[in-house]
Amino acid sequence: MNETLKKYFRMNRLPHIWCPGCGNGIVVGALVRAIDKLGLNPDKTSIISGIGCSSRSSGYLNFDTVHTAHGRALTFATGLKLARPDLNVIVLTGDGDATAIGGNHFIHAARRNIDLTTIVFNNNIYGMTGGQYSPLTPTHSKATTSPYGHIENPFDITELAKASGASYVARGTTYHTLELINLIADAISHKGFSVVEAITACPISFGRQNKLGNAPAMMKWQKENTISVKAASKLPAEQLAGKVVIGELYRRQAPEYTAEYQKVIDRVTGGNGQ
Amino acid sequence: MSQTMLVQGNHACALGALAAGVRFFAGYPITPSTEIAEILAKELPKVGGKFIQMEDEIASMGAICGASLGGFKAITATSGPGFSLMQELIGYASLAEIPLVIVNVQRGGPSTGQPTSPSQSDVMQARWGSHGDRGVIALVPSSVQESYQLMIDAVNLAERFRTPVIFLMDEVVGHMREKLVIPKTTPTIINRRKPEPGELPYAPGPDGVPALPPFGEGYHFHVTGLIHDETGFPTGSPEVTEKTIKRLHQKLENNMDEILRYDELHSADAEYLIISYGCSARSAEEAVRMAREKGIKAGLLRLISIWPFPSDLIEEKCARVKKVFVAEMNYGQVTGEVTKVLGRSKVQPVLRVDTQMITPRQILEAITREGN
Amino acid sequence: MVIINTKFCKGCQICVDFCPKHIIKLDDMQKAQIIDQSKCISCGFCELRCPDYAITVVKE
Repeated sequence: MNETLKKYFRMNRLPHIWCPGCGNGIVVGALVRAIDKLGLNPDKTSIISGIGCSSRSSGYLNFDTVHTAHGRALTFATGLKLARPDLNVIVLTGDGDATAIGGNHFIHAARRNIDLTTIVFNNNIYGMTGGQYSPLTPTHSKATTSPYGHIENPFDITELAKASGASYVARGTTYHTLELINLIADAISHKGFSVVEAITACPISFGRQNKLGNAPAMMKWQKENTISVKAASKLPAEQLAGKVVIGELYRRQAPEYTAEYQKVIDRVTGGNGQ
Repeated sequence: MSQTMLVQGNHACALGALAAGVRFFAGYPITPSTEIAEILAKELPKVGGKFIQMEDEIASMGAICGASLGGFKAITATSGPGFSLMQELIGYASLAEIPLVIVNVQRGGPSTGQPTSPSQSDVMQARWGSHGDRGVIALVPSSVQESYQLMIDAVNLAERFRTPVIFLMDEVVGHMREKLVIPKTTPTIINRRKPEPGELPYAPGPDGVPALPPFGEGYHFHVTGLIHDETGFPTGSPEVTEKTIKRLHQKLENNMDEILRYDELHSADAEYLIISYGCSARSAEEAVRMAREKGIKAGLLRLISIWPFPSDLIEEKCARVKKVFVAEMNYGQVTGEVTKVLGRSKVQPVLRVDTQMITPRQILEAITREGN
Repeated sequence: MVIINTKFCKGCQICVDFCPKHIIKLDDMQKAQIIDQSKCISCGFCELRCPDYAITVVKE
């Protein structure tokens, strides 16, 4: 690791617990490089995570960090951000943490368009508990709780975020690391509820159960099965079947929750709100 | 000069919170506590405070945890069904030692129960509602004036002991209107202790209570729901686990002098002592007066702090008493705790679970039956 | 010049497969090892994609 990035990590907590080839470390590396690129003040940045493999990340990052309860990172982050709009608040969550138990909080945080950057580590599985399917597990996939092939349909979390009111939505992969860094940096800079779905490989569980090969093989899959927003816009729908679109998917300017609330305070106090 | 008004208990509770320095509320509408949210939605912006109605009670608890870590005095208010949803994060706040207050205006349970009727059937939930072993403080007002005064204590105790505090109201005290006098003297305010240079975020401090580092000042404080050591980072160590769990109990039990609150009426020479709290204590006071008129030496011990349970106090106050009557609107939740202290033969429950308040006559009849 | 922190490396083979010059292999301890430093073009992708922060590319 580059010397300049060490200050963003709690070095004494490394090496981390993620399995060999797990992409979570790459996503966290991308986040740290995005923070470095933006020059965020680590003293004014809080990282809030839920429960699961993804959410062990807050323990490794040298900021004010909260490892909350399963599915509840966004609620802690909402309270912290509303109380302290001066802080950059970043939420790290998994596909299960964000869209299963945390689904209600996800759609409401998006609806409020509160200035939070939410990175969803999508490894298509509950890794920490040993490989059960999640709301983002593809249909027909094997998981310990779908031994006969998953019959459910997964969310498209980016559409869910957009429909709920998020004002910045992007999708990246661990293979496209440089792009992921930029997407995360843009998400952080965006004033409003920003969601970045980071497709990340889980070779030990999702990969093994579905015979997707080792970590490099799963990252090659990311390379061969994704298409950029620009390229996708030039193709007719049927040619997009099975392709995952990556890049900045959606962005709009919209009133941001904490700014709107401050206006209420200013109006009510005639501008001398403490 | 002091201010006098005629308000509901819920209103007084909200004003008490503001007086205590609460500047953040997150909550969800639920009868019979909604007025607290409505009042704070109006009052908080006036003092630069923040109000948010979250998508459910779990989110409300998460939001006040976040706000408290951000340096705000933060509270929520709910009733039985919401209180049940909040339990996991109440446990989280206990282990992470996050100061906050949860107002529970009790209504008829279980489940949807009797939403507009009173009950006192969440007392045990206030103690053991969240999984695992940990201490908790619960305070119980029995008047509008006390809903104001005691709420200030609740906020102070949360800050003092770095713990969630349950403010256990009931629908009667919450909705009744009574005179409230707001003293002109500003109340004593306790703020969380900031760490000394180099002091660890979970080092027990002189009395088992760690200092609470602020977010946003470079402390890079890690908060987790996993059992953690003094640095705040997770550990699997049996020794640290035991030390932590014991400290979560003892930091309260060893400081009862600051937590214990109770009231007495004619208890000095009482042969028959009523133990009661909240709305039921109002009937008990009247029953004592009626008994005394009949020459019966009755008295009242009103519990104001219910958790940690004041076992020593009860043992002392009931030593020379013939019989103890526990008057409460549930199936004997405090009765059970009192029985643990005094034994079954000495304790006579006076219970009601039909949404109707216990009447003074009902208590008086229990006492006179015992007397004959 | 590529430096491998074998304490952090978990032998996941990402760097091995993705190095454009194929100059990384796993040693018999399953740790990443540079076969020929001189062929390294300092593209930095091994460091970027290392999930364990075990690689540092020192650009001359």
